[in-house]
Amino acid sequence: MAYSDKVLDHYENPRNVGVLDKSDPNVGTGMVGAPACGDVMKLQIKVNEQGVIEDAKFKTYGCGSAIASSSLLTEWVKGKTIEQAGKIKNTQIAEELALPPVKIHCSVLAEDAIKAAIADYRTKATGKGSKADAA
Amino acid sequence: MKKPIYLDYSATTPVDPRVAEKMCKYLTLDGEFGNPASRSHSFGWHAEEAVEEARAHVAALIGADRKEIVWTSGATESDNLAIKGVANFYGKKGRHIVTCKTEHKAVLDTCRQLEREGFEVTYLDPEPNGLLDLEKLKAAIRPDTILVSVMHVNNEIGVIQDIAAIGKIARERGALFHCDAAQSTGKVPIDVNAMNVDLMSLSAHKTYGPKGIGALYVRRKPRVRLEAQMHGGGHERGMRSGTLAPHQCVGMGEAFRYAKQEMAAEIERIRGLRDRMLSALKDMPEVYVNGDLDRRVAHNLNMSFNFVEGESLIMALKDIAVSSGSACTSASLEPSYVLRALGRNDELAHSSIRFTLGRFTTQEEVDYAAMLVKEKVAKLRELSPLWEMHQEGVDISKVQWAAH
Repeated sequence: MAYSDKVLDHYENPRNVGVLDKSDPNVGTGMVGAPACGDVMKLQIKVNEQGVIEDAKFKTYGCGSAIASSSLLTEWVKGKTIEQAGKIKNTQIAEELALPPVKIHCSVLAEDAIKAAIADYRTKATGKGSKADAA
Repeated sequence: MKKPIYLDYSATTPVDPRVAEKMCKYLTLDGEFGNPASRSHSFGWHAEEAVEEARAHVAALIGADRKEIVWTSGATESDNLAIKGVANFYGKKGRHIVTCKTEHKAVLDTCRQLEREGFEVTYLDPEPNGLLDLEKLKAAIRPDTILVSVMHVNNEIGVIQDIAAIGKIARERGALFHCDAAQSTGKVPIDVNAMNVDLMSLSAHKTYGPKGIGALYVRRKPRVRLEAQMHGGGHERGMRSGTLAPHQCVGMGEAFRYAKQEMAAEIERIRGLRDRMLSALKDMPEVYVNGDLDRRVAHNLNMSFNFVEGESLIMALKDIAVSSGSACTSASLEPSYVLRALGRNDELAHSSIRFTLGRFTTQEEVDYAAMLVKEKVAKLRELSPLWEMHQEGVDISKVQWAAH
């Protein structure tokens, strides 16, 4: 199967691989997917007092498209407010990376990952969470 | 060293140059291009001679008589002809077939088709090492069982079934025994008589012959009957009509002739390379060999690199041509059914790579491949949240995942 140049670039030079301190109240962590399905994405965001994502890190177990989707996502969310980041759609990721139909689920997983990370951050920040945004 | 390095010899092999050279003599006007079924002139006679000589070479590799060899388009057709042919001919005697879950799709899908036509099929589970438990086989054979179909060497994990024992059991119980030997010719000695095989599927292109041709061994003593699946001019004693392709037949014959001559030395050389590769990789943490290591063909190494997904590993290993048990490229996202049948969990099934070495593999290539695998697995593990959890002591199997 042929991958697009953008997928290959993100796969070979993944951006923002790493870990943020889970216990930091300003860090939200989202882990989505399942090993049985062949992909697991972990996305972490660090949010400042203005609600802007100042850092993002990921680790992904999965195919090249899954790695590229999460790598691209970390680039996109940095500097965005959590509201803006929560509006990123899987179709934008799929389009940017020119994912073929069988790989669309990778972009869906990336969208789920940022939503999960934001929900985790909000849960920590408010102590109650706002589950509505995590849907 | 030329890259990419080909380590996928179980998918197909290149045609041996000596074979290709001979094949070319059976195509053009200045060669023997005749129709072997033409009885009225020397063009036909010469082509027929070539085809019959090739047939004898194929028969010799498996200890058969040349009259027991039926040319087909490949092992898939041979599997279809054997299984459907027996089912259609002996369907009045019984309607039960026994096979194994790790068979090639050409066998499994043919059995599924027969189920739709009213036959009953038992699909045996292999043991965790990939081999059949003969007691379970005995228990599965019933008075109405007409056929047992078990492959000789598994295409994914390379394990060698005890064909002689399986053939003996089938014969004692009055069932015919079909064996798919596409992966074993030239890799394991075969004797259809000592192994009690009634029908054997053969492929040319896994043994340095051309694609597009195979054969089916059909026992004559005691005689095994088949209902033809391809009707026409009555070629191949009515079992498989269609004009023979002399260049293809000659190619398979030559390939099998060299296999018989050179097999013993070739296997030992390749085993040395395979073991060298294994010893370079086996000390990495969390790597597992899939399938029995001792009862396995010399050229196969199937390993799971835990916490790394197979397709991304293949992408990282673009300088070597290998295949993965992970089928993420298909819409189903199902990992290898063979590894699942061995009871391997999903992570390990998704993390598997099959390396298959062959006639033209060099030590330099194997060393480079092993070095590359170690480097890329380490890199992908740095990217893997599962590896991180494993390092932190989390038991991945206990985590509640939201399956998608």
